[in-house]
Amino acid sequence: MDFNFTEEQGMVRDGLSRLVREQYGFEERRKAIASAEGWRPEVWAQLAELGILGMPFSEADGGFGGGAVDAMVIMEEFGKGLVIEPFLPTVVCAGGFLKHAGTAAQKEEHIGAIVSGSAVFAFAYAEPKGRYDYADLETTAKKDGAGYVLNGHKAVVIGAPWASHLVVTARTGGERRDRSGVSVFVLAKDTPGITTRDYVTVDGRRAAEVYFENVAVGADALIGAEGEGLALIETVTDEAIAALCAEACGAMKVAHAMTVEYSRQRKQFGVPIGSFQVLQHRMVDMYTAYEQAVSLTYLATLRLGSDEVERKKAVSAAKVGVGQAARLIGQEAVQIHGGNGVTDEYAIGHYFKRLTIFDSEFGNVDHHLKRHVALS
Amino acid sequence: MNLEFTPEEQAFRDEVRAFIAENYPKHLADFGMREDMEREDFLAWHKILGKKGWSVPAWPVEYGGTGWTPTQRYIWSEENARVNAIMPLPFGVSMVGPVIYTFGNAEQKAKHLPGIVSGDVWWCQGYSEPGAGSDLASLKTTAVRDGDHYVINGQKTWTTLAQHADWGFFLCRTDPSAKAQEGISFILVDMKTPGVEVKPIKLLDGGYEVNETWLTDVRVPVENLVGQENKGWTYAKFLLAHERSGIAGVARSKRGVEKLREIAAHESLDGKPLIEDFDFARKVSQLEIDLAALEITELRTLAGEQAGKGPGPESSILKIKGTEIQQRLTELTLEAVGTYSAPYHGGVANDNSNEHPVGPDYAQYAAATYFNMRKTSIYGGSNEIQRNIITKMILGL
Repeated sequence: MDFNFTEEQGMVRDGLSRLVREQYGFEERRKAIASAEGWRPEVWAQLAELGILGMPFSEADGGFGGGAVDAMVIMEEFGKGLVIEPFLPTVVCAGGFLKHAGTAAQKEEHIGAIVSGSAVFAFAYAEPKGRYDYADLETTAKKDGAGYVLNGHKAVVIGAPWASHLVVTARTGGERRDRSGVSVFVLAKDTPGITTRDYVTVDGRRAAEVYFENVAVGADALIGAEGEGLALIETVTDEAIAALCAEACGAMKVAHAMTVEYSRQRKQFGVPIGSFQVLQHRMVDMYTAYEQAVSLTYLATLRLGSDEVERKKAVSAAKVGVGQAARLIGQEAVQIHGGNGVTDEYAIGHYFKRLTIFDSEFGNVDHHLKRHVALS
Repeated sequence: MNLEFTPEEQAFRDEVRAFIAENYPKHLADFGMREDMEREDFLAWHKILGKKGWSVPAWPVEYGGTGWTPTQRYIWSEENARVNAIMPLPFGVSMVGPVIYTFGNAEQKAKHLPGIVSGDVWWCQGYSEPGAGSDLASLKTTAVRDGDHYVINGQKTWTTLAQHADWGFFLCRTDPSAKAQEGISFILVDMKTPGVEVKPIKLLDGGYEVNETWLTDVRVPVENLVGQENKGWTYAKFLLAHERSGIAGVARSKRGVEKLREIAAHESLDGKPLIEDFDFARKVSQLEIDLAALEITELRTLAGEQAGKGPGPESSILKIKGTEIQQRLTELTLEAVGTYSAPYHGGVANDNSNEHPVGPDYAQYAAATYFNMRKTSIYGGSNEIQRNIITKMILGL
């Protein structure tokens, strides 16, 4: 047993921490969100330069040989600064599909471009009526000669406005919600027949509704075996959830620290409000919830390579525990900040918003409790 | 003991229901909370009710009240909540109005009450300051006597909807040497007076409903002092107790639960309506149970008022539970909406505004409302302060 980070992981953390601290201040982030692009491509380029975008890929694939723990370290630092750049959809999701099931040609085409920062991906899996079920698909991919024709509507695709490429889930066979018949495709966003409706999300990111109308792709767009994509999707989204939990932990750590600091500064009745026991104990409860969330995030991250049932249970446990902690810490942080907590001016409200939307990504608390029950 | 309405009360319910159906502005039907509301939208129903004589039901009849029993008032708010009506704002009707008719002089009553009844005059509340929130009595805004005027200087904050206000009621320190609570006065200020400056505060949901109000050498005639100089704290506490009882929002939460059930019937999980999912349904039921308890608690409080007891410290229970329920309701609504809670509506997106918003209509304001309603456990005396009040006044600790 070893809960220590390697020297390399420590260096990644320090480098990234410096970048976020020095170049990703709250006002810079605010400006980026309000800008036409909605993100900072120059930060993305820096991440490529620092090797962050290549970290979780093997050296054989053109990466730096890191793994899930490295992704966890990176995402936690992003969470601390509420970084909006699409590391998760590009490196963890698209990168994950390529790593696990990409052909030599697909890896060749895409991984190098991800590592260098020239290709940005979005993962189009959610649908208007699918809730959190990856198999509840109305999007179809029909065999057409050697290739496929895609039709459908994907909902709230995070990072799609910035993306050059999409990973898309679609049904190639079976009935809606069948476990079999689900396939995964990778394609350029400018493939004819794709239209998007871009918008801002409440937590400051960009997303889009993505519509596919008779989008023709070659057989080489398929990742993994036709009709057997669900297990692959579960593998990759479990990795995404572990990474997302790490991001939430970073955000919770900062939200908690900000709250404790505020309680030291803010005086009422002639004393700092942090001297009131009722607030002290609530900040202790926030702290405890945070530590438990970190533990579950470690558990999920370290179980990603275990057998399927162990992996899924650990990941669902983390999504439940971190989701509950995120709600508690977000709400209490705002409450203890009083009126200032509900303003746009104070950073704490923005942490609260990110921690709120976290729950609706890749299945909420209820969804993962059910999955845990089903596996127990 | 009996929960049923009498035949007279049932007839009353039919009468007000018919009146609302006929007279409530159609374009504001089921409006809910929206960021794009105009001044006239807030006032439309108030003005209609003013003409009908129903805008200030709880007031004494001589000042424009309806003389309704607490049960009738309860029926009235229930019936309005059924259509999600935009009710007269509390700042005039439930806050300064009762202070003026209770503690004001004849001129003040004649000058100010009719505008509140009719909805022609918009009031705002100048209580909190950047350094005086929960500890309101530490407020620093000063009013210094200069001949037949007070000269007011200071900064107020969280002044709700002051951007529309014609008049404001302000707590100001008139005796700096007195103990915190004893040197405060309750002063009415025409918001058009030179030196009054209102600056909007953007909230985390993206909306603008509160403001900073700066007062710089604002000269106010001494006749705008309500009651006695340095006795303002008494009036402020009286007002806060009134504010708390209205804050429970039971009727509105009941409508909210209905809406939540409609949303959950529309959303699906595993090919079935979400509301048929036991995990979700039990949470809705738990909320309904809490709300049922609160409703009876509020009715018991109202019955106490009918028997001549003013709203006392037990109104703090209504504030705590009422706001917890309102917040839980927005939490469950957000949960029901799921994926479509993320899009921000009314932001800087390069979206074509003529297009229908993405996602179902009911999803549009789910996140904004959830974020916005965090204010309810903070405003009107934070829920921590309410617990302190109960500790002191009821438990005697």
